[in-house]
Amino acid sequence: MEDRKIRVLVAKPGLDGHDRGAKVIARGLRDAGMEVIYTGLRQTPEMVVEAALQEDVDVVGLSILSGAHTALVPRIIELMREREMEEVPIFLGGIVPTADVETMQAAGVSAVFGPGTSLEEIVKAVREAVAGREDKAGG
Amino acid sequence: MDELLARVRQGSRRAVARAITQVERSDGQAREAVKYLYPHTGQAHVIGVTGPPGSGKSTLVNELAKSFRRRDCQLGIIAVDPSSPFSGGALLGDRVRMRDLSGDPGIFIRSMASRGSLGGLARATAAVVKILDAANFDVILVETVGAGQAEVDIANMAHTTLVIEAPGMGDDIQSIKAGILEIADLLIVNKADRPGAENTVKALRMMLHMGQSTRVRHHGREVQAAATGDAAEDPQWAVEVYKTVATSGEGVEEVVGAIESHKAYLKESGEWSARERDRSRQEIEQLLQAQLLAQLRAEVPQAERERLIEAVAAREVDPYTAAGRLLAWIKLET
Repeated sequence: MEDRKIRVLVAKPGLDGHDRGAKVIARGLRDAGMEVIYTGLRQTPEMVVEAALQEDVDVVGLSILSGAHTALVPRIIELMREREMEEVPIFLGGIVPTADVETMQAAGVSAVFGPGTSLEEIVKAVREAVAGREDKAGG
Repeated sequence: MDELLARVRQGSRRAVARAITQVERSDGQAREAVKYLYPHTGQAHVIGVTGPPGSGKSTLVNELAKSFRRRDCQLGIIAVDPSSPFSGGALLGDRVRMRDLSGDPGIFIRSMASRGSLGGLARATAAVVKILDAANFDVILVETVGAGQAEVDIANMAHTTLVIEAPGMGDDIQSIKAGILEIADLLIVNKADRPGAENTVKALRMMLHMGQSTRVRHHGREVQAAATGDAAEDPQWAVEVYKTVATSGEGVEEVVGAIESHKAYLKESGEWSARERDRSRQEIEQLLQAQLLAQLRAEVPQAERERLIEAVAAREVDPYTAAGRLLAWIKLET
């Protein structure tokens, strides 16, 4: 019997204390049939990457409302690379000024979702990212 | 897969994580992994932690883990949470309570969704325990979905089962489920600083005392409950009630001490081997059931199954006869 589920990490790196958005996304992904590992607030980059590794997630979702993405995201990506997880797509949500979106993508973020992004869009993006990886890996 | 499993034996965390994903994903992968790793399992002390939502299981597991680490144990933690029966998805939030443990290379935490299994564990949990065992973890804590019912699965799988209660959750004697006495090696009243804690402790102690003069089914086997004064000849394990305040760590050291005493008792009394035999029996039966059903599905044409279902629904055939006809399809290999 085959039981393939998409596993997504929803993490709140940094000192950002608002988690309602992240929880809405987490529940939405669950309702879409995914297994969501929610880390809680105030995660260091090391904690995020450790969780991603132990939980062997398909996608890492970062929720950052504090503006600290320019510091946190590259650090997380660097650690993912160190742990040989550079192929795991990283999605960034929260408050990311348009000016920073390109920088984030250049740093290695697969997609940036601003406030107001629909749940459907995010679910679709996660599914496509996972399917994309499986195609690359040969299924 | 063999290469991955070889790295599991070396303790590679990445390999452990990937292997766990593989066994969750398919029975075939689980079979391969267990075949390879099984000879290298049997050393780890498996501890089950169960109790109703809100009893503070994860917070307590967090504290237990810190205590085990002070004793220099490599620790694996499996946290099981329920999958939604509607969407099949799950929100796995136990890591939130275990932030103290992050950054410690001696601890590995994995969240598992029940994926439809009842009884507190996921179908793949047994295989995951074996992976952690083969990866040289000394202690494996399995935190289950606890509805306060007798979580039989965990009692069968664990060497030592902890049942957590919290005060004010319907703690008078009628509402504490009798089943927990059958599975608990240690009873813990967490949030012991709350009002009503003493009542909960008293109620539990009374239930234990009432069970003491009879033969009790413990972990599915009949044992003479430890009667006072008889202990010398036949050392039994006396289930006791502990008080903890997980948020402050109060009472946790005593619990860990009791867990270690339980392990010593199991080894000295021969119960460790007896439970291994029980566990093996249960596991073979469970796998047998799953494999027979899978074989049935493979060998009986869908149309035939549907035809029988229609016939039963229309009262043309009774369910027992229908099941018998399906069984006749299975060609047993000799």
